[in-house]
Amino acid sequence: MATTIQVSNLKQGYGKTIVLEDINLTVHNGEILGLIGPSGAGKTTLVSTIMGMLRPQEGTVTVLGQKMPNRKLLAKIGYMAQTDALYSALTARENLKFFGAMQGLGSADLKKQIPYAAGIVNLNPDLDKYVKDYSGGMKRRLSLAIALVSNPDLLILDEPTVGIDPELRQQIWAELHNIAKEGKTILLTTHVMEDAEQSDQLMMIRNGIAIAQGTPDQLIKDYQVKTVEDVFLKAGRQQDAHS
Amino acid sequence: MRTVKMVKRVLTEMLRDKRTLALMFLAPLLILTLMYFLFQSNTDQTASLGIRNVDTTLVKAIKNDHVHFHDVSSKESAKTIIRDHDYAGLISQKGDQITLTLQNSDQSKSAILKQSLQKAQIKLKMEAAATAIKGQQKAIKAQQRALSQMQKSLAAASKAAASENPSAARRQVKTQTPLTTASKPKSATTYSVNTHYLYGSSDSTFFDTLLPIMIGFVVFFFVFLISGIALLRERTTGTLNRLLATPIKRGEIISGYLAGYGIFALIQTLLIVGFTILAFKIQILGSVWNILLINILLAFVALAMGLFISTFASSEFQMVQFIPVVVIPQIFFSGIIPIDQMANWLQPIARIMPLYYGASAMSNVIEKGVTFIDILPKLGILVGFAALFLILNIFSMRRYRQV
Repeated sequence: MATTIQVSNLKQGYGKTIVLEDINLTVHNGEILGLIGPSGAGKTTLVSTIMGMLRPQEGTVTVLGQKMPNRKLLAKIGYMAQTDALYSALTARENLKFFGAMQGLGSADLKKQIPYAAGIVNLNPDLDKYVKDYSGGMKRRLSLAIALVSNPDLLILDEPTVGIDPELRQQIWAELHNIAKEGKTILLTTHVMEDAEQSDQLMMIRNGIAIAQGTPDQLIKDYQVKTVEDVFLKAGRQQDAHS
Repeated sequence: MRTVKMVKRVLTEMLRDKRTLALMFLAPLLILTLMYFLFQSNTDQTASLGIRNVDTTLVKAIKNDHVHFHDVSSKESAKTIIRDHDYAGLISQKGDQITLTLQNSDQSKSAILKQSLQKAQIKLKMEAAATAIKGQQKAIKAQQRALSQMQKSLAAASKAAASENPSAARRQVKTQTPLTTASKPKSATTYSVNTHYLYGSSDSTFFDTLLPIMIGFVVFFFVFLISGIALLRERTTGTLNRLLATPIKRGEIISGYLAGYGIFALIQTLLIVGFTILAFKIQILGSVWNILLINILLAFVALAMGLFISTFASSEFQMVQFIPVVVIPQIFFSGIIPIDQMANWLQPIARIMPLYYGASAMSNVIEKGVTFIDILPKLGILVGFAALFLILNIFSMRRYRQV
């Protein structure tokens, strides 16, 4: 299996504050990696570094065989930010068109991809409404559709399920598994344990350090607990005991 | 390609924001129209002057259309009288001493009174001089008569003494000549004055001086504010960050903004220049194309500056706070107060203000009719300012994406 993301000995921070230390991570094609951890743990910083928005202070990040940061490679990465970064004066379709074009899609591709991406998040009936008239959940779904519109090899989703109702969440997860089956890689951050259980691989980050890594089943077995949530709590206690 | 899409997006957003459009296109016209009417009426200002125990000759001399007289007989202090009647000033006389007390809450009224008094003093002095000359002339004539009689008698006497001393008599006659020529009665010359105006006419008001500066200023101000706030909104809503997660180059973002808002700045400039020509019948000695060119360059500087300054603001409110720091000082140095009349240490400050170059180039084209070649150095400096801020912008975006 080919490697999509390879992070080795990453140390990252802003100026003198260290946010991440000793991060090693390998994600293969077709895998869904869940990054879990409390807010402020450094999840978004790790995501930004993998995307190449930040240059690693130490260590290396390789994505799809290329060393990051690499601007051109961003065309192959679909990104959904934590905040809904949408143009509220435009319609949903115009937002999809604009970001799709920025990703490098031609108008023929856009015509095909927009109904597909909007279909996954059930937005097709509302595509021509202005984003300012959207509800919070609809905006979140549109952000996800924007990440999907360019049919990227790597999908990076920062807190994708916040504000999305359980029914739609299931639907989205089904689609994410389909995408992964096609050989695409998905990296998502979350602090919702249901999302964590759906992932193929988990990485738990706390205070900038990876405290546990593996498949959900493996982790539950190793820590001799019943749920992923318990794994996280136990790993956290162990981290505190060591420091 | 991406830049074109950026421009398209900026235009769509702008066209849907009707209020901002109105602000950009109508507010400048409103401001200029207001200024037009405000600065029309200041020529027929009058000042009221209280008069106490002043010689009638002086009062007559002061009299003109801009001063209203009020006779004052009360013995109260000048201060009380001015306060009670709201006079612009009070003039009183004690012997040779004339005292002018001014309210000075309105300096232009004080100036009218001071000027009127000065004129009156000159008038009186001239009259006095004229009478003195007349008196002198009379005296000279009398002297002349006496002299010629003396000459005659001298001549008779010298004839008698000619054999003994002829040269002495001649010398005396000679010395007499200059006096005779000097005492020729001079006819007073009256000059008729024809005034020609290179720019404007005798009806020109301060508005004519102000207008070229204001055209540049309103373009600068509105473009600065709107472009700055637009990029700021992009920062605060996270769309800039999102945009930088695509393969777009930082330069493409900036050039998209520049082109998108540049189009609006261009329309705004055309509207303002067209309006001033049609509605105010402003006289333009130079080429209209030069005016458009200056304005467009000014708009680009404002655009680049607005985008850059927005880096330091974290909300629209903070962006507005930059107006007193960045925009208002530019008005002071734009030529409303002539730069060469400023204190020496202040003058170099004007050199770092983009509006100074824009406004002075505008004034030169409109009022002095200078050509493209003459304003070229100033245009070059404006291009330099725009380039500087654009480069700074591209660097400041490194904060969001390091490549």
